[in-house]
Amino acid sequence: MKKGLAKLTLALMAAGAISTTAHAATTLVYCSEGSPEGFNPAFYTSGTTFDATSKNMFNRLVEFKLGTTETEPGLATSYDVSSDGLEYTFHLRKGVKFHTSKDFTPTRDFNADDVIFTFDRQGNKDNPYHTVSGGSYEYFTGMGMDTLIKEMVKVDDYTVKFILTKPEAPFIANLAMDFASIFSKEQADFYMKKGTPEKLDIDPVATGPFQKVQYQKDSLIRYTAFKDYWQGKAKIDRLVFSITPDASVRYAKLKAGECDVMPYPNPADLQQMEADPNINLMSQEGLNVGYLAFNTQKKPFTDPRVRQALSLATDKSAIIDAVFQGAGKAAKNPIPPTMWSYNKNVVDYPYDPVKAKKLLAEAGYPDGFSTNIWAMPVQRPYNPNARRMAEIMQEDWSKIGVKAEIVSYEWGEYLNRSKKGEHDTVLLGWTGDNGDPDNFLYVLLGCDAVGGANRAQWCNEEFNDLLLKAKQTSDKAERTKLYEESQVVFKREAPWITIAHSVVYEPIRKEVKGYKIDPLGGHYFYNVSK
Amino acid sequence: MFQFIFRRLSLVIPTFIGITLLTFTLIRLIPGDPIEVMAGERGVSAERHAELSAQLGFDQPLYVQYYHYVTGVLQGDLGNSLITREPVMKEFLTLFPATIELAFCAAIFAILIGLPAGIFAAVKRGTVIDHSVMTFSLTGYSMPIFWWALLLMLVFSVNLGWTPVSGRIDVVYWIDDVTGFMLIDSILSGEEGAFASAVSHLILPSIVLGTIPMAVIARMTRSSMLEVLSEDYIRTARAKGIAPWRVIVIHALRNALIPVITVIGLQVGILLSGAILTETVFAWPGIGKWLIESIGRRDYPVVQGGILIVACIIIVVNLLVDITYGIVNPRIRHSR
Repeated sequence: MKKGLAKLTLALMAAGAISTTAHAATTLVYCSEGSPEGFNPAFYTSGTTFDATSKNMFNRLVEFKLGTTETEPGLATSYDVSSDGLEYTFHLRKGVKFHTSKDFTPTRDFNADDVIFTFDRQGNKDNPYHTVSGGSYEYFTGMGMDTLIKEMVKVDDYTVKFILTKPEAPFIANLAMDFASIFSKEQADFYMKKGTPEKLDIDPVATGPFQKVQYQKDSLIRYTAFKDYWQGKAKIDRLVFSITPDASVRYAKLKAGECDVMPYPNPADLQQMEADPNINLMSQEGLNVGYLAFNTQKKPFTDPRVRQALSLATDKSAIIDAVFQGAGKAAKNPIPPTMWSYNKNVVDYPYDPVKAKKLLAEAGYPDGFSTNIWAMPVQRPYNPNARRMAEIMQEDWSKIGVKAEIVSYEWGEYLNRSKKGEHDTVLLGWTGDNGDPDNFLYVLLGCDAVGGANRAQWCNEEFNDLLLKAKQTSDKAERTKLYEESQVVFKREAPWITIAHSVVYEPIRKEVKGYKIDPLGGHYFYNVSK
Repeated sequence: MFQFIFRRLSLVIPTFIGITLLTFTLIRLIPGDPIEVMAGERGVSAERHAELSAQLGFDQPLYVQYYHYVTGVLQGDLGNSLITREPVMKEFLTLFPATIELAFCAAIFAILIGLPAGIFAAVKRGTVIDHSVMTFSLTGYSMPIFWWALLLMLVFSVNLGWTPVSGRIDVVYWIDDVTGFMLIDSILSGEEGAFASAVSHLILPSIVLGTIPMAVIARMTRSSMLEVLSEDYIRTARAKGIAPWRVIVIHALRNALIPVITVIGLQVGILLSGAILTETVFAWPGIGKWLIESIGRRDYPVVQGGILIVACIIIVVNLLVDITYGIVNPRIRHSR
């Protein structure tokens, strides 16, 4: 028996040795945290799906410059904006090839028809593809593109004009988002003719650096480098997503050399990773914010002094240590410091319980009051442990006489009830979509978002006017000024306690070169070599 | 015999109705709106929420939804996943081979170790061997699976490098999905070393998943053997001078196996219903992990459909066990 086992082990080891030498192609293995929901990024909102689709398979008219939140030309080489901000004309890149799939071989290069098809499908209810595969375009409608785009005009094969219903400066940043990934109209027509239009969403051809070869549900996704990619072939030959939901197992695989890059490590493993000579632990501040929103339509939070007092009574450094275990940075603005227009000059409320108590007395609550803190039931990068965070705040607030009860609901219920404003104070956060300040400030704090993503239920005219003005000009310097001003108003009015921006860690094997962390949370492998 | 099978089958129908009703209502009793969960922090507007509810049929009264569900099931349509939009049956069929493969290997491991260990302990009753086997099986039975899996993984995969950490095959092999069974597909691919790689990926998960059934089988075999060994006919056999191994294997074991077969059958049923923890730790693309993730996402059709299929599998396995039992032990089929 023993001999048999030894033989089997030897045979397996030998087989392993043969296998590694037999395949000389460079393969990069990314241990992803979950399965993609599908292969059409326009349907979904999760980063896991975007990594597997838009980030590595697709291109957009404009792209995010890797490692920044700024945009750069993608499938459009340039664009012009009319003086009234209502017309955007895109000049398209020539000679861009689409991938080939098992049952479809493209006969032409990318052109204006593909751009119009991509957006028309999402916005036009009469487009024959609109309802295919469920037809729900959450990001497209969520970013207001359905009401923003009035018309699309094909000027010629390589020029497309978008006519908008109102000036909207973040439009360009929106076009760099995943839902705006360009599909092949030729492939769409091909499947429609065959009577299997849903195949477009399962096996799309795209123009990006990697083409999908195989997807084994919950197990693997295999890609090969697209040799005709318009920016040149990727440095690696094959890309494999090895789907590994548990963070400890991802780390074990990284140590054993079974994966080269892993996302979302356990905070508890970071120290060990840093000490490992085979691992390069990369880090960057994430494009996110964790906050506590006061329900400003409920007493006593209608009074800014009460909100300021509780801001003064909260010890953020204790939260950063206990909840983020150091992997976070105290937040003073609602937008993260990596984002343009971040106002460095804003002064945060210091931890000062004495002053807080005084302010509370001034507001008419010398003995404090009773309230609640809603704690999220799920873990998020911007808040790894909401319960613990709520406990620390509860303790801090009790020092100035505010008695807070911690409340929690199942996640869907939590989001729904807090949207309706059933809370007194609620812990939540946000991860940026497109690197535009509007995507934080207007989406989370604008008057239109009350009863929706604006959990503070806060509508301040002065603040809102600044944001509306910033939407209407495409002059970045002027927008910067307006956003900086709005952050001063925000801090003074204190509808939130801005808690922290988390730090994103990405452990990679030492032999992996050229990998960059994307501040928007994506995982790109085009520039990576091994 | 046919009457016996018919009696068993007639019990299946009410069980089936009960399961559809239970899965349908239970998943809806858990608070949480699937549309809100799908939208996350971003949220959806009230109009969009209503539109999606109508699209997914959630705006209809529950009894209408149940009616649609049951009529769908009777026509073999379990609906589409709310997340991936794929038919539930298709997803199940994609993932089930991985679960069968793992369950099969785990069962072999459990039987190969559990059965001899139980026999040995019974024969050597009261000795150090007996006590060690029993302590070992009790430890196995009470082992927290998650911890056990990570421990084995750290020792054998990370530190010693003998087995791979997780997955079904090394990423260097590009195996086409033909049957869904990696052991078979790796042979069909003709790639050198692929089969060995598939086997090596099965070792740790099979041990982890097989540990509890192994302990159960060992303990059951031991107690059943002890009972049989004290029977008069065994004493008679021994008195007749039959070789000791023959007494144990031919005379005792055959009778002792009856309750053990039931236990093995039930354990296989459990293994086939998907091993949530083992599948999660070893990133094994089976149905256990699929179901648990779907509960988290409130993916109603997957939870309803998946649990229904799993329950059917358990019903069928139990039925087979009952029938086998009836064949092995005529007293049972006649007495009922």
